[in-house]
Amino acid sequence: MLVTKRQLMALFAAGATAMAFAMPARAADASAPDLLIKQLSLDVLETVKSDKAIQGGDVKKINALVNEKIMPHVDFQRITATAVGRFWRQATPDQQQKLMDEFKILLVRTYSGALTQIKDQVIAMKPLRAAPEDTEVVVRTEIRGRGADPIQLDYRLEKAGAVWKIYDVNVLGIWLADQYKNSFAQEIGANGIDGLIKALAAKNAAAAK
Amino acid sequence: MMKQFVRLLLLTLLAVAVSACSVLPQRGNASKGQKLDPWESWNRKVFAFNEEVDQHLLRPVATAYSEIVPEFVRKSVDNVFANVGDAWSTVNLLLQGRPKLAITQGMRFAVNTVFGLGGVFDIASEAGMERNSQDLGQTFGRWGFGTGAYIVWPLFGPSSVRDSLALPWDRLASPAIVFDDGKAKVAIYALQTINTRSNFLRASDMLGDIALDKYTFYRDAYLQRRGHFEDDDEAEVLVPDAPSDAAASAPAASASDAASAPAVTASSPQ
Repeated sequence: MLVTKRQLMALFAAGATAMAFAMPARAADASAPDLLIKQLSLDVLETVKSDKAIQGGDVKKINALVNEKIMPHVDFQRITATAVGRFWRQATPDQQQKLMDEFKILLVRTYSGALTQIKDQVIAMKPLRAAPEDTEVVVRTEIRGRGADPIQLDYRLEKAGAVWKIYDVNVLGIWLADQYKNSFAQEIGANGIDGLIKALAAKNAAAAK
Repeated sequence: MMKQFVRLLLLTLLAVAVSACSVLPQRGNASKGQKLDPWESWNRKVFAFNEEVDQHLLRPVATAYSEIVPEFVRKSVDNVFANVGDAWSTVNLLLQGRPKLAITQGMRFAVNTVFGLGGVFDIASEAGMERNSQDLGQTFGRWGFGTGAYIVWPLFGPSSVRDSLALPWDRLASPAIVFDDGKAKVAIYALQTINTRSNFLRASDMLGDIALDKYTFYRDAYLQRRGHFEDDDEAEVLVPDAPSDAAASAPAASASDAASAPAVTASSPQ
């Protein structure tokens, strides 16, 4: 109840601001990571809502969406390196590339599963708690659907030069890279880095059928 | 009934006290892996047993349920269980010292019970009152108890030392509590289990697709999720920035859209 009122006020405030200025330049640098997530979230949500093929789980279209809209803003090497942990440095560049490729396919599959669930949800963002000089921040959002608990969706971003890049994602309190750490270490411990690549490839092949 | 309650309460408090004494001093000594899952070999056996039960009994029954029973009936059943869950969440939000969320949650329960015919219809959600589910395990967590070691219970599945202490209480939060008849209780718990499982058919299939080792994956997800708490910062719903030429009309339109939905709640006490 309080929430909705405050949202309304914020809406009017945002509307007024938009009318008065053509995007103040100050907003772009200090709050750039949350702006990035905001634009990205809205863009993806609108795209999915207006595309029946994506809602139906069209792999080609979802891959295109991921590669064009999302991947440019993701430091996927860092995500993979975190999940692989201390073994990452022992891997050859070729192995690293293969790990990234297979891990990406695995995660995109999860993601496309989530996209097919989108109906009337909206995305809400929590205030950014970061100092202007921070180069690593967490942007916190939640997906709200009617009659369901909000789905927590947070992003870790780092400043790489002039742009911000996502290097971890948290779904429902679970950080993705951390989630795979033990599983990867277990597989590498048993069968080495090539064993992990093989296991990931086998998972992906099995699911593609 | 009252006697059972008191006995359970005393037992839980005793167990929490004992585990607090025995768990806390060990922190920092044991390595992270051991602390996380000291009973792994036993847990793996129970996990395998649960998987068998799921594969041969629960999953087929839940699948049949979701295919045979019409959606509006399943939705109603789900709403009734969720409504009782809302009441239990209210209690837990109060125990956690979060009165504002507790009020919303309590209102949800009241509105759905009275106007939603005992929770069959989720009118509160239509009116814009958000659900915030909380159980006793999370309340213990808010009070400062870590999850403790990972435990897999037969049939109940993944848990932890802390959540196991809360489990008997969380299980009580079911419509079955109002029935004295043993058969009715069992029937309700069975329906509740089938309902819950049918809600996770898709999710569990997907987890199977993305987990290298299901046991490890479930464990790590469970411990991360249950050991982590969000703050109560209010989130602001995102709306697309209006293009400059349509700036005057677009925000006004979306604001009035938003206004029409929560209008019902305006009269409710805050």
